[in-house]
Amino acid sequence: MNLLEVTNLKVRFETADGIVNAVNDVNFSVEEGKILAIVGESGSGKSQTVFAMTGLLDHNGSATGSVKFEGEEILNLSNQKLNKIRAEKIAMIFQDPMTSLNPYVRVSDQMTEVLMHHQGSSKAEALKHSISMLDAVRIPDANNQIRMYPHEFSGGMRQRVMIAMSLLCRPKLLIADEPTTALDVTVQAQIMQLLADLQKDFGMSIILITHDLGVVAGNSDDMLVMYGGEIMEIGKTESLYSKPTHPYTQGLMSAVPRLNDSEERLITIPGNPPNMMKPPEGCPFSPRCNYANDQCSNVSPILSNVDKSDHYRACHVEIEKIV
Amino acid sequence: MINYIIKRIGIAIPTLLILIAVSFYLMHAAPGGPFTSERPLPPQVLANIEAKYGLDQPIWRQMINYLSGIITEFDFGPSYKYHDRTVNEIIGRGFPITLKYGFWSFIAAIGVGIPLGAIAAIRKNTWIDYLAVGVSIGAQVLPNFVMAPLLIIVFTLWLDWLPGGGWNGGSWEYLVMPVIALSTSYMASIARITRSSMLEVLNTNYIRTAKSKGLPTKVIFFRHVLKPSLLPVISYLGPAFVGLITGSVLIDIYFSTGGMGYFFVNAAFNRDYSVMMGITIVVGGLTILFSLIADLLYAWIDPKIRY
Amino acid sequence: MIVANKKKIKDMAENFSESGAGRSLWKDARIRFIQNKAATISLFVLLAIVSFSFIGPYFAVWSYEQIDWNAMGSAARVGMPSIESGHYFGTDDLGRDLYSRVIQGTQISLMVGVLGASVAVIVGTLYGATSGYLGGKTDQIMMRIVDILMSIPYMFVLILLLVVFGRSIGMLFIGIGLLSWLDMSRIVRGQTLNLKNKEFIEAAKVTGVSDFKIITRHIVPNLLGIVAVYATLLVPGIILAESFISFLGLGVQEPSTSWGALIKEGSGTISYDTEWQLLFPLAFFVVSLFCFYFIGDGLRDALDPKER
Repeated sequence: MNLLEVTNLKVRFETADGIVNAVNDVNFSVEEGKILAIVGESGSGKSQTVFAMTGLLDHNGSATGSVKFEGEEILNLSNQKLNKIRAEKIAMIFQDPMTSLNPYVRVSDQMTEVLMHHQGSSKAEALKHSISMLDAVRIPDANNQIRMYPHEFSGGMRQRVMIAMSLLCRPKLLIADEPTTALDVTVQAQIMQLLADLQKDFGMSIILITHDLGVVAGNSDDMLVMYGGEIMEIGKTESLYSKPTHPYTQGLMSAVPRLNDSEERLITIPGNPPNMMKPPEGCPFSPRCNYANDQCSNVSPILSNVDKSDHYRACHVEIEKIV
Repeated sequence: MINYIIKRIGIAIPTLLILIAVSFYLMHAAPGGPFTSERPLPPQVLANIEAKYGLDQPIWRQMINYLSGIITEFDFGPSYKYHDRTVNEIIGRGFPITLKYGFWSFIAAIGVGIPLGAIAAIRKNTWIDYLAVGVSIGAQVLPNFVMAPLLIIVFTLWLDWLPGGGWNGGSWEYLVMPVIALSTSYMASIARITRSSMLEVLNTNYIRTAKSKGLPTKVIFFRHVLKPSLLPVISYLGPAFVGLITGSVLIDIYFSTGGMGYFFVNAAFNRDYSVMMGITIVVGGLTILFSLIADLLYAWIDPKIRY
Repeated sequence: MIVANKKKIKDMAENFSESGAGRSLWKDARIRFIQNKAATISLFVLLAIVSFSFIGPYFAVWSYEQIDWNAMGSAARVGMPSIESGHYFGTDDLGRDLYSRVIQGTQISLMVGVLGASVAVIVGTLYGATSGYLGGKTDQIMMRIVDILMSIPYMFVLILLLVVFGRSIGMLFIGIGLLSWLDMSRIVRGQTLNLKNKEFIEAAKVTGVSDFKIITRHIVPNLLGIVAVYATLLVPGIILAESFISFLGLGVQEPSTSWGALIKEGSGTISYDTEWQLLFPLAFFVVSLFCFYFIGDGLRDALDPKER
């Protein structure tokens, strides 16, 4: 059984200027102990997908479809019921560690409150446990550092604090929303390594949301490419890397700069992400796609199997033309 | 923190000195001395009186005398108009009254303003939010001198529930209207500030983090939302205090409560400079002290200001 | 109100410097302002009140100091608002025509508000721009002085000023203006500091644009928006201060009058069944203040796209 099953998930927002369909009929699953990477440009709906799952959408957002965690429906549960799942079963870390920790509350209090609330620990137990978790994410001198305020940590250290905080209750699933985007390149690698190590130690699953394909390569089992609120391509990470079958995935891959490349110019995908208020007819990527034909701009492509493996893509263009 | 306190006090003291110096020089810049009146006194008598009050000395010496009187004995000198009264006696009579209704007005402004703003923020775009916003916009254009007559029309003339003025030792019937008149517009401002800052805080990433931690709404509110939302309110407390103490002048006149404002305005009409100056300095000192406390409170809550 | 908006204004200050200068900002702002119904309606109402204060006297039967001996002392019976007697708004207790007095009060209150705000804007802008432009130690000292002045209860000092130098309208608006420039100077200083380090200023310098042109083409247009917003919010604040002082009887002197003085008179006689003496000036006062606040809010929102 899969740890997480998402079927036909739709997310829409009602704004003053109209309705935004941020996520349209998304289906995927996460296996126990595996890492799923969700890749896409900003505004592709990847963050809203996971926010919908954990009930963290903004007030004007609503979600339909089904999200099953350990076989039980969790989409649109009451806050009270969700609070039993959050942190205990599904924990989250966010993009910007500078703003994701409360600047007015000591790290110790921000960590211990999780244990005290979810496990009924005493203050002293919770503190001990928190310190050992800071040790586990390799924060030096955790005993003293835990009494500090977030602004007294560097960006990388803050993200480590976030990770430690999210793992306190040993969740089954960690959702990491662009965990390295706001960090320096060298720190990025360290954080990714840390996440990979912890994943093995704790035996948890991770949903890794990123727009950086470089982060995905060595760090995920499965991969899902989103664009305009829809899934473009999904499959094993190796499979997608070795044989990207969707023009958008291809574009993303070639946009990653490589050292051994003789090309001097950076390759980019021309055009801008779609306006979700008025999404294009048919395939959302068609206006920017080099292969697009009439069908693409009229009919929405559906996910279909590639090579009889568990590699799927949503594209009208024949694979032979692309690969 | 200690450095910050020292630094902050280092601003407060010169502020007070400047206030004293300015009012002192203003007083002496006035055309005619304090004893110039319609019926001119014989020059010899005038000289005697001026000598008695030390007015024949150079201005800087007068000022040093005055200052040292305040510092060593908290003595603001004699009233120039009521020869049998000292400024201290006048302040001593008015101050407790001002303090009493001023304190309750302050409590009312905070005690109603903050919850009102908080409820409006939490229940954004519901009837209670619209009500709170409407009330606070309305109260903005109903300053104390508009509130006071309106209250009297309603509660004294129409309903005949409350006395239209007086003090009577500060019993509650005499307190209600002054407190409402004085506090309404500050209550409204505090509600507005609380609402907008809380809305901002509710949208921050760290509140999303707190939600993702599965904490109950109550815990999130009291531990994560409240403190940062109150910071702008705290920095408004200083100006609000100035406003309240300024408004007290009007309350004393309109409701005949007999606080410091009454003596101040009387002194203004009588050109009783020493009383005006004494009250200005006491009020200024209070304000400076209060903004010092508010700043320290702010620094205590915001960890980023701790050095 | 003004204090409450300080943070917003500060945010906006940052925003202005990001958005550069130029026509599009103002054009956008105008469109956004017109879309704001409360602000647009307020603008029209305020214009109506202002024009009324100029046109109104031509329809007056009585002048503001003329005494209707019939109504004197018996305002409650004879002095009520009526078209026939020519007292459209009734009379006051002395038998003077309230219509003319309200018009005069409106003129004086608005004038004090606008002139006082101008004094504050000029002093505050000069001080703030100088402080921000010079920077360094001078800036620190200049701002420290502002900090110090801010914690002084200025109404007391103002009353002291009025007593010492005599009560006159001129003294009143100079006094209020001189004591209200502090916020303005802080905001302008912050804005100038921001602008000084902006790329488009650097770019202009590098391409050899003269200092004068930089100031007139880049700095002033960027300061203008925030000064306009702040000035609009300053006017009602100053009207409030003037009314307060006039209510105490220390402001505008007879036979001249202002909203505050009229409200004081009206509220002094409420127990004699002459409520129109309070209600007419109060209505003008409240409506005008509302308008100023809504226009100020509308301007701020219009000039600050980030808020949306």
